[in-house]
Amino acid sequence: MTEAAIAGAPLATELRPPLVDGAKTLGDVTNDIARPIEGRPTRLWFVALAVSSTMLLAGVAAITYEILFGIGTWGLNRTVGWAFDITNFVFWIGISHAGTLISAILRVSNATWRRPVTRCAEAITVFALSISAMFPLIHLGRPWLFFWLIPYPSERGIWPQFRSPLLWDFFAINTYLIGSTTFLLLPSFPDFALIRDRASGWRKKVYSIVSLGWRGTPKQWHRLEMAMRIMAVAIIPVAVSVHTIVSWDFAMAPVPGWHSTIFGPYFVAGAIFSGIAALIIAMALLRKLLHLEDYLKPLHFDYLGKLLLVMSLLWFYFVFAERLTTWYGNFPSEMSVFWSTQVGSFSPLFWIMVFCNFIIPAPILAIKNLRNKIGWTVVASIPIIIGMWLERFLIIVPSLSHKFLPYNFGSYRPSWVEITITVGTFAGMALLYLIFSRVFPIISIWELKLGTGKKAEAPALASQETATEQP
Amino acid sequence: MNAIYGLYPDPDSAQRALNVLERAESELGFQDRDIAVLTGEPYEEYGFGQREHKTRMPWIAAAGGLVGGLCGWWFVSFTQKSYPLISGGMHLVTKWSDGIITYELTMLGAILTTLFTLLITARIPDWSGRKLYDPAISNGKILIGVTNPPEKARKEIGERLRAVGAEVVKEFGN
Repeated sequence: MTEAAIAGAPLATELRPPLVDGAKTLGDVTNDIARPIEGRPTRLWFVALAVSSTMLLAGVAAITYEILFGIGTWGLNRTVGWAFDITNFVFWIGISHAGTLISAILRVSNATWRRPVTRCAEAITVFALSISAMFPLIHLGRPWLFFWLIPYPSERGIWPQFRSPLLWDFFAINTYLIGSTTFLLLPSFPDFALIRDRASGWRKKVYSIVSLGWRGTPKQWHRLEMAMRIMAVAIIPVAVSVHTIVSWDFAMAPVPGWHSTIFGPYFVAGAIFSGIAALIIAMALLRKLLHLEDYLKPLHFDYLGKLLLVMSLLWFYFVFAERLTTWYGNFPSEMSVFWSTQVGSFSPLFWIMVFCNFIIPAPILAIKNLRNKIGWTVVASIPIIIGMWLERFLIIVPSLSHKFLPYNFGSYRPSWVEITITVGTFAGMALLYLIFSRVFPIISIWELKLGTGKKAEAPALASQETATEQP
Repeated sequence: MNAIYGLYPDPDSAQRALNVLERAESELGFQDRDIAVLTGEPYEEYGFGQREHKTRMPWIAAAGGLVGGLCGWWFVSFTQKSYPLISGGMHLVTKWSDGIITYELTMLGAILTTLFTLLITARIPDWSGRKLYDPAISNGKILIGVTNPPEKARKEIGERLRAVGAEVVKEFGN
């Protein structure tokens, strides 16, 4: 290339799409992202709050009813002892993989485009994990005795059974919850400090407390970034282990359809798959509700859409491999579960699942002109959420209803209590996210500014009262 | 705590200010540890963003993980021996299943150690409000100054900070 040609070539920064759209200064970025916290909520926000609160109340009422009258109010029976509750448990654990895992991978790989996405994702993890952890508790029937699960020196002298996969869950989920909450909170301190500096009255007091007195010394920045790097590396294997351990709740049991070595990676792949779909839907809603069009751009949906396409193909591969080995082995007990999902009573749900997880989303996400349109990525993501919920259901119920003894084959029909609780969890997730968007900067402001590499252009704020200007 | 500082609009002028202060330490009677730098974002590529960079945090986190793992292994072994209960034909203390809890507590140890190391070394939380700060930092300004400067050198420090591009020079505290 000649010197003249080199001089005329666009700079790398011009070729790479900008992180933020519009001619914005750093002050504009701060104003835009802090607006949902500092300003009054929009009417749409209130409508969403009212709808989700009402649905959540219905869910809480159903849980109260179940606690008062026992889990006989659910559709469980002698062979199908796990159904909607454990389906929801596994499903929400899967959704939780959207956040911290994806955020950590993008941090470790130093992907610049991640900056507007990570906090939305990390919040999903914390909320979804909290929702999922509720299900084993209400499934106890007597949830007020939940502390019996906690390993502590009780007067009975009996410790929980550490050789049970259910106790592995306790440790795995709590480790992931603590890690994910830390991962969400650590990079939030500088943003809380920013809100503190802009706020007044009670809001200033609250953000002064939650910012922990952050000042922004080089030492604080360096330690924070180092801590985030360590956390990102530590949290990836924890996230993988959590869903692997959840899969072992099933795989450790010699139940037809469950006792499989592939369950660990199969569950992890499914979790990441549903997690990315949930993240895309959440980001699209936030973009609309909080007017973040300049920050959550089609580019982000395009990149996440590519990941979703990969996971869709991977999911299809796992489903095929799982069924192929079952079919080829041809064990009678396994085959009864197999046929019940392919042509039997559960087959409509199975084929809806295949449509939702592969046949609908894969072509949409494979076509670039569709994938880079936000609406289409959402259209691809919604069926995935439905399909992945069905997948969890189809892992649990057909196996329990088709165990080894044919005379003992059962069936299952959910009660209104289970359906209402399930709907309530989705409403709970929406409600938590709505509140979160009013309390936390939904995009990490300092990380976004770091990514844009712009210089400050906004006028200086008024200084502290104790400071006096030099003549 | 009292201080004199300048607010800089960009990292280049902030770096010049830091260079000026570092050169003037012995002349004006303050030490390197008295120089204060506060920013609204990390500036790893500038000298002023690389002060106090030495840390053993990764090693401390690894040690925390090791301690967590050892505690986990001891905990699971001890509890199983304290109330012997054979189940599923497994040994009382089983390496395979106990390894899972040991692993989770290893990671938990590393995570919690990282968190506490951050809090301790970054000296947060600190709600006293007595430390040098200016809200303009949140708006992108970079603060470079001297804490507890010698009384006779205050004016000179202020002039030098202004000479290299400070938008405003201020005093903090009593």
